[in-house]
Amino acid sequence: MKNRSLVSINDFSKEEILKIVELAAKFEENPNQDLLKNKVVASLFFEPSTRTRLSFETAINRLGGRVVGFTDASSSSTTKGETLKDTIKMISNYADLIVMRHPLEGSARYASEQSGVPIVNAGDGANQHPTQTMLDLYSIQKTQGTLENLNIFMVGDLKYGRTVHSLLQAMAHFNPVFNFISPEELRIPDEYKYWLDSKGIQYYEHSEFTDIISRADILYMTRVQRERFADPIEYEKVKNVYILKNSMLENTKDNLRILHPLPRVNEISTDVDANPKAYYFEQAENGVYARMAIMSSILGVV
Amino acid sequence: MSKKKELSVNAIKEGTVIDHIPASYLFKVISILGLDHCENLITFGTNLGSNRYGKKAIIKVADKFFEDEDLNRIALIAPEARLNIIRDYEVVEKKEVIVPQEIIGIAKCFNPKCITNNEEITTKFNLVNSNVLALKCHYCEKITTEEHLVIL
Ligand SMILES: [Zn+2]
Repeated sequence: MKNRSLVSINDFSKEEILKIVELAAKFEENPNQDLLKNKVVASLFFEPSTRTRLSFETAINRLGGRVVGFTDASSSSTTKGETLKDTIKMISNYADLIVMRHPLEGSARYASEQSGVPIVNAGDGANQHPTQTMLDLYSIQKTQGTLENLNIFMVGDLKYGRTVHSLLQAMAHFNPVFNFISPEELRIPDEYKYWLDSKGIQYYEHSEFTDIISRADILYMTRVQRERFADPIEYEKVKNVYILKNSMLENTKDNLRILHPLPRVNEISTDVDANPKAYYFEQAENGVYARMAIMSSILGVV
Repeated sequence: MSKKKELSVNAIKEGTVIDHIPASYLFKVISILGLDHCENLITFGTNLGSNRYGKKAIIKVADKFFEDEDLNRIALIAPEARLNIIRDYEVVEKKEVIVPQEIIGIAKCFNPKCITNNEEITTKFNLVNSNVLALKCHYCEKITTEEHLVIL
């Protein structure tokens, strides 16, 4: 993957995913390494995302690299009407790698075609966020000891949730069983179901969030947002149905871990936080190691 | 009978006749095939009656034989187009168009948040296997289906 951009999780093969996961574990053991000494990484956030930006910048700093860039579009030349193409052409002459977050979908793919240096997509609108997926995969590997043959439950907004779609595509390499739990309005789109069918992967859809989770190895929670509903009454009906409470975890498997891309609103009650099966805060920390693994692989220093 | 008459009226000795173009897309087809910059003798007829669907148009280009790859670029807007290859006033070959696997610069991505709808970028799609016409945007990865298809 040396010198290649990471725009979509599909840009990585199964072997490459496993290599990143393995490397992330090594960085977790020994996080301070000077592998990016004398490297400059441009961190271009055309829309603010403090959580993702700090994770990337921590990863770069731990690797001894230097960061240039901006934290939102108002402090960049885009407010003066500069095109994305021009911004990328200019910055790719300065930096060794570009980390980019942009509100428009497809912007990262386009930037990778214009840039002389690799692009790491830190989120392009509702499209892809592959480093989030890599940290999800690393979290699953770390807590389950494997990525193979797991029963993955995804809960909440399965229609618009990009983390759900990317994780589903990446996990498809590892013979999973999926269970999708969502309100009718936010069901997993048909295109993903056709795709799973074509891969021969088992999945089940449910509209009720009940004790079926007793079979889960991973419970991947997402936010159900009010603005996704055309009819506010529909939102009121479902908003409290897809909330995980500690009492629901009683009969679940010992190895079950609860993941959430964060930030959460109310979809996981705070009484779950103390349960050893809650993993979402550690999951966020894993993002730093996953990003260290991705950037050092692309820069060819490992 | 009427078809034969048309052909004889504007008969070309050598070249290509493109028939069954939807009349509303005649000028689009001309532009996609670059005929507006072509020096050859070109005759066309439009708003001709058609029993297939609506009115049709026909283009005859003398002394020109297109590559399949170029002709297939019109398949999105003229899926029913029929091509007659003419040699010495005779139809020597008939062809149909097929939608190509990769479609560059003809269709518009239906996703308003797609970068191609916000910056000057040539669109690019891959044909998705399905029972309806479905194009996957190379950039935003969203699928534009026939009902949302807009020709640029
Ligand atoms: Zn698009």
